[in-house]
Amino acid sequence: MPELLQFLLSGITVGAVYALVALGFTIIYNASDVVNFAQGEFVMLGGMITFFAHAAGLPLPLAALIAIIATAAIGVALNKLAIEPARGAPVVSLIIITIGASIFIRGATQLVFDKQLHRFPAFSGDQPILIGGATILPQSLWVIAGALAIFFCLRLFFTRTLIGRAVLATANNRIAAQLVGINTNYVMTLSFAMSAAIGALAGVLVTPITLTGYDVGLALALKGFAAAMLGGMGNPKGALVGGLLLGVLEAMTAGYISSQYKDAAAFVVILAVLFAMPQGLFGRKSTDRV
Amino acid sequence: MKFAFTTTALALVLGLAAPALADIKIGATLSETGPAAFLGDPEAKTLKMLVEEINAAGGVNGEKIELIVYDDGGDPNKARTFATRLVEDDEVVAVIGGTTTGTSMAIIPVFEDAEVPFISLAGAIEIIDPVKPYTFKTPHTDRMACAKIFEDMKKAGITKIGVISGSDGFGASMRKQCLGIIGEYGIEVLADETYGPTDADMTPQLTNIKGKEGIQAVLNPGFGQGPAIVTRNYAQLAVGLPLYQSHGVASDGFIELAGAEAAEGVRLPGTALLVAEILPENDPQRAVVTAYKEAYEKATGKPVSTFGGYAHDALRILVDAITRAGSAEPSDIRGAIEATKGFVGTTGIVTMTAEDHLGLDLSAFRMLEIEKGGWKIVE
Repeated sequence: MPELLQFLLSGITVGAVYALVALGFTIIYNASDVVNFAQGEFVMLGGMITFFAHAAGLPLPLAALIAIIATAAIGVALNKLAIEPARGAPVVSLIIITIGASIFIRGATQLVFDKQLHRFPAFSGDQPILIGGATILPQSLWVIAGALAIFFCLRLFFTRTLIGRAVLATANNRIAAQLVGINTNYVMTLSFAMSAAIGALAGVLVTPITLTGYDVGLALALKGFAAAMLGGMGNPKGALVGGLLLGVLEAMTAGYISSQYKDAAAFVVILAVLFAMPQGLFGRKSTDRV
Repeated sequence: MKFAFTTTALALVLGLAAPALADIKIGATLSETGPAAFLGDPEAKTLKMLVEEINAAGGVNGEKIELIVYDDGGDPNKARTFATRLVEDDEVVAVIGGTTTGTSMAIIPVFEDAEVPFISLAGAIEIIDPVKPYTFKTPHTDRMACAKIFEDMKKAGITKIGVISGSDGFGASMRKQCLGIIGEYGIEVLADETYGPTDADMTPQLTNIKGKEGIQAVLNPGFGQGPAIVTRNYAQLAVGLPLYQSHGVASDGFIELAGAEAAEGVRLPGTALLVAEILPENDPQRAVVTAYKEAYEKATGKPVSTFGGYAHDALRILVDAITRAGSAEPSDIRGAIEATKGFVGTTGIVTMTAEDHLGLDLSAFRMLEIEKGGWKIVE
């Protein structure tokens, strides 16, 4: 029985990491229908910049703040320099641009920083917390709390604020949004800044667990993307549930079946879900009017 | 106009003439970027540093060394293109490189066909087994690391272990080598788990190992972030059995990543280079590793790594061979490398023969234990 609990706690820890990345995907997707494959790089930048600022002598909270602001600025630059000039291009082209941007950021990071793996200390120590014979690290609780906090903030943002609704309106129909006076350029810039900031925050929270290095973004982006697809692209609730579900699924497969099939089992389940419900568990149904 | 033409012509002649001043051309194809960059980067820096050093001291047999380095990014196809270019266009007399087993295996046929000596910097035993006339290598093999670990286990009376390995190339290859020879030591594997190279949590696998009756120790062949996370999870779950890691993580960076507390008591085979400061005064490798470590850290400002040490040994063996051969003809160099005897490198003491193009024995590994965030030699 303690095994089941341990697998569950492990799954939730990893799942919360996936959920954080998936939450970052939702904002840009909501604003532009684009899946930003540089999202994993934002997470990586959050961890790397924090590590190097911390190593340079800054206290951890300040280093984290700098990392989040700097990454948000990089997000804005990505939008201004790469996405905006290609406005009007099909969504697929924009997605390919984000893949290019992620390769560029990875390359720039290994030049600016280095090619080693790094980690900074956990926020509240490494003493495991015992729960019914199973253990969880305090940092895992930070990650879970972070995922929940971002989820609630995003929910409020999209449903209760004018600017959040403007984001949704822009995604729904850019021209109509412009006609009712929404500055769609501003909406896009804001989306990239927020998405990058959330990615960076995720990086700050998960680095003590997952470690960081210039090339960790791709794997995170893939798992985060899978989580977002499972839950329903563009829906914060979907991102949260999809991430946690994917994490638990992996841990259960590794624990009860075989660690060899861990990734395979997760993707088989995602494929099965997408066959039955192509929009994901919580995705909005889209209908094209002809 | 005429003046301009003459200067251009003169510059052209000089430009062509300069490299033709009978330098000894040595080629290298390394993974300075890409997934194996943290191996290839110190290797390239080491080669450049040593060549400068050797040239400043008057070169080899009175001739300067010209080093031509290509960055293959860890891609075997690119490595093969560069290997061909080194042989056909650059006309090098010997090549160092192949940072990874993949790139090394891809380029060996090029050098065997062209009859140019090649010293690989990759781990797999396949590179020199079976022996190919022109192919050598400097890093010890997985199998040697396994043997070193099993010897230590046997000494401690451990007969039943659990294995958790990375599913990447390094982890899979070392797991296979270890399982291949484990029977010779009378040790039995009761649990055999794996993890992906980018996984963030290995507690489910370790929980299963912990739950197996009778296990006395755990072995983790792996590389990169996986072993650090395994070590942290191992401490989190309070497994309480000896944990053995591989030479793949033998660096100070590993202790930093895993955290000194979690890494306490972890045992692994490492090279003399890693523990340069704590080597006994009379250790034959002490002078070599200390000199290299100091020079490298002064030149690059970065901590020295085992991988740079492989490149150091390769170039020194090559220069030693050229000096002894008194000739820079590829076939003479090959013969001289094969006759290397008692060469003291950073990895170990190398004595090659026609049947052994690696030339290292188990003394190339020191059994190390992590103690209070530092290293301790335990033999």
